[in-house]
Amino acid sequence: MTEPHELTASEVARLIASGEATAEECVDSVIERIHAVERRVHAYITLDEEGARQKAKQIDQRIKERKPVGRLAGTVVAIKDNMCTQGTRTTCSSHMLESFIPPYDATAVERIKRADGVVIGKTNMDEFAMGTSTETSHFGPTYNPWDLTRVPGGSSGGSAAAVVCGETNLALGSDTGGSVRCPASFCSTVGLKPTYGLVSRYGLIAYANSLEQIGPLTKTVEDCATLLTVIAGHDERDCTTANLDVKDYTNHLKKPISKVRVGVVKELFGEGTHEGVAKTVMRGVDTLGELTSGYEEVSLPSLEYSLPAYYLIAMSEASSNLARYDGLRYGYRTPDESLEWGDTYSKTRMEGFGAEVRRRVILGSFALSAGYYDRYYLKALQVRTLVRRDFERAFSGFDVLVGPTMPLPPFKVGEKIKDPLELYMCDVDTVPVNLAGLPAISVPCGFFEGLPIGMQIIGRPFAEELILGVANAFEKSHRLEARSPPLR
Amino acid sequence: MEKAGVKIGLEIHCQLTNLKTKLFCGCPSDYRGKEPNTTVCPVCLGIPGTLPRPNQKAVEDAVMVAVALSSHISEETVFYRKNYYYPDMSKNFQISQYDGGGGVPVATSGMISVEEDGIKIKVRVRRLQLEEDPAKLVHLGAIDTSPYTLVDYNRAGIALLEIVTEPDLTSPREARLLLQKLRSILEHLGVSDGSLEGAMRCDANISLAGGARTEVKNISSFKEVERALNFEVMRQRSLMARGLKAGQETRHWDETRRTTITLRTKEEEQDYRYFPEPDLTPMRIPGEMIESIRWRMPELPDARKDRFVKQYHLPPMSASVLTSEKALADFFEKCAHLYPNARQICNWITTDLLRCLHGQNLEIGESKITPANLVEMLRMIDEGVISGKIGKKILPEMVKTGSSPREVAHRHGLVRISEHEVLEKVVKSVFDEFPSAVKDALTDEKAVHYLVGQVMKRTEGRADPQLANKLIRERLRSKTPQVS
Repeated sequence: MTEPHELTASEVARLIASGEATAEECVDSVIERIHAVERRVHAYITLDEEGARQKAKQIDQRIKERKPVGRLAGTVVAIKDNMCTQGTRTTCSSHMLESFIPPYDATAVERIKRADGVVIGKTNMDEFAMGTSTETSHFGPTYNPWDLTRVPGGSSGGSAAAVVCGETNLALGSDTGGSVRCPASFCSTVGLKPTYGLVSRYGLIAYANSLEQIGPLTKTVEDCATLLTVIAGHDERDCTTANLDVKDYTNHLKKPISKVRVGVVKELFGEGTHEGVAKTVMRGVDTLGELTSGYEEVSLPSLEYSLPAYYLIAMSEASSNLARYDGLRYGYRTPDESLEWGDTYSKTRMEGFGAEVRRRVILGSFALSAGYYDRYYLKALQVRTLVRRDFERAFSGFDVLVGPTMPLPPFKVGEKIKDPLELYMCDVDTVPVNLAGLPAISVPCGFFEGLPIGMQIIGRPFAEELILGVANAFEKSHRLEARSPPLR
Repeated sequence: MEKAGVKIGLEIHCQLTNLKTKLFCGCPSDYRGKEPNTTVCPVCLGIPGTLPRPNQKAVEDAVMVAVALSSHISEETVFYRKNYYYPDMSKNFQISQYDGGGGVPVATSGMISVEEDGIKIKVRVRRLQLEEDPAKLVHLGAIDTSPYTLVDYNRAGIALLEIVTEPDLTSPREARLLLQKLRSILEHLGVSDGSLEGAMRCDANISLAGGARTEVKNISSFKEVERALNFEVMRQRSLMARGLKAGQETRHWDETRRTTITLRTKEEEQDYRYFPEPDLTPMRIPGEMIESIRWRMPELPDARKDRFVKQYHLPPMSASVLTSEKALADFFEKCAHLYPNARQICNWITTDLLRCLHGQNLEIGESKITPANLVEMLRMIDEGVISGKIGKKILPEMVKTGSSPREVAHRHGLVRISEHEVLEKVVKSVFDEFPSAVKDALTDEKAVHYLVGQVMKRTEGRADPQLANKLIRERLRSKTPQVS
């Protein structure tokens, strides 16, 4: 028999609802799996097995008493460690927040708990979500379950790895410049970056506010739709959330897509795209073409400038967002008591932040400085407008735009970490979507020499229903060599 | 203070004290007197992951002030981050608005009129903007000798309205008058209570003919603004007299030492790395909101002053004094409802009551005297129960304790002696003591006055002078030798 940890969230929910299994059994199965593989994968920073078991027991009790339960009842959810969980430490993979215990739940976490999702723990990530490989974590890297010598992608690498090897049923990541889609692609899971403003950012520890969204990492598109339905919707604590009617994104998964117009974005297959990626994704595009009215190539010239624009905006915002970590109120503080406040701040931040975080804070501060603001930050905002317009133009002729999620297959741990620019380049296909605030999903598309490749499907603002529908049809028709890694 | 060449502009920070909650979270804005760090939440403490939620009412209040100052109100206003490290900042940036390129404050180009010795001057307002108040730093003694700094975040996130004037003021006194006027306007609008400590603070820019602009920070009250600026004028003058130039710099007003000290020079000016606050969307200020605010606009000090002149026939200068403080104007009007002679009330308030408040270092709102008490006192004077002089005597105690004038006068035995028999005895004793004066009085009117004066003296001014006069004349008449 298949163990519950191998199942999708919807299958687990069905088992529990029909009484074939208890929530406790399902949760225990996941915990056992964690015990079996976690030492090799290192997906988690903090685990709360006891809390998860208790929550499972409560759910079973309620089911026994025929009381209503939420739609995630008994499914295990892992939370990226940059989302606040009341009473459970939230580190952002940083020495700075190693012992930070938030006094509140992020809105997305609160909604998951209310839907009776069982929060099992906090997943590893790049420090403050700054990275593409989960290697900048203060707690050490996460390893790709498909090949333990390789990175799982980042920054939500822990969440993607946990999902694909059964260490959880569902996971949340956050996507500032590809941080959900990149690990989804590298680990062969589904990963959605919702439209900016669809999911509340309240409780998401900010890296670059104007770019990021919380998104699901799941085994299937259906699970993705379920989790999105739970977390999406207006939140008065985040005034950048859109005030839209709440939808059930699972309702329209099977809507026919034969009339959907697919545009293949030329720039996403640009110079530097790995041949294996291009080939694998084109096979996926062929499948999509058969399911829809075919595809055509489309060009968005401004995408060429989106990478530098993205990094300028992200670093600028980060330099301000991360200013609050001074050791005064919470988090790490240098043990040196002899210093004046200014030097205490400097030393605390020097010791508390890793090299990549310091680099981005310094570059961002520079870009916002008087005399440089116009040349860098403002220029980047202009590019952002151009990118948005290019997408608008493309969407006048197409319903979805597709291309590779990542320009390359998962690389080796340690292979690129010493060259920041080379790492930044890996985000070239994901950042345009964040600049434009659009929804995009990465779906498993195949393998190149045993390494997962993801395909990215981009939609118009708030067209999550459509891209989920397309992704679902694709998932059902496109043949994959494997759905889960051969990790015992 | 000589005016020539002095140019002063003010940057005034007013807390919107009448708001229920802070600018970006639901914490109560009434933080005064509370245990340190108790009116706080994850948002105003800058706990990671929290986001600001703008207080709509604060924007309405700001628009209301903008309308009152005849400003140009923006259709959409944008919040910016002002980045700097300081222990009073929970996020190490302040959510504020920006006067540089791209920044849109709540309003621009307004006007405040100030009256100095009956002459009206108009001061242009450059902009009005909203921002959050930082936390309060508490030191043991002076800032530079305190062994530690304590941070109280109760104040962090309180809504501040920043009003920036053009350098149209020409003397430190005008600066004080402008602050007073602004405070009265804010109080009439019901957005801020200027009597609360720290509710109104200001920074001042000052330059002397041709000299560089100096910014003076840390000015906490009206009195201090005049003092600090007088000091700066003197300092810059004496520099010029010695052939030196005042450099462009920021100085700190030290209240206890009554001097300004260099905080930073031009070269050390901070770069605040302003950029639009990404967690807040631009806030629309719809025309309907402005219209409805115009409709609800309460009477403002200038209009109230004009009405006082017309309705109560007050001299314009006195009406100005009364309306310079809302509580004072309210006090006056309450009295005027109870007592017909408004001019009399006005005289008492603008001279004796104000002097008395000043002497006790109180504002009218802080004192215990009620309009009913003041009016009762005026009636007692009218009815001859006490003299005006006694009135002046008992006023301080009425202000201090809130007791009724009758009570105070009786307690101190100050009620007028108008009982026939009592006064008769006094008159008799005076006649006995000054026989020669009595003799003179038979023919000399001046001597009669002398006798009355003696009666008043013996009764410590409490005798009813008319009755005393009457009794003396009666007694004199009885003494008049029969004309043969």
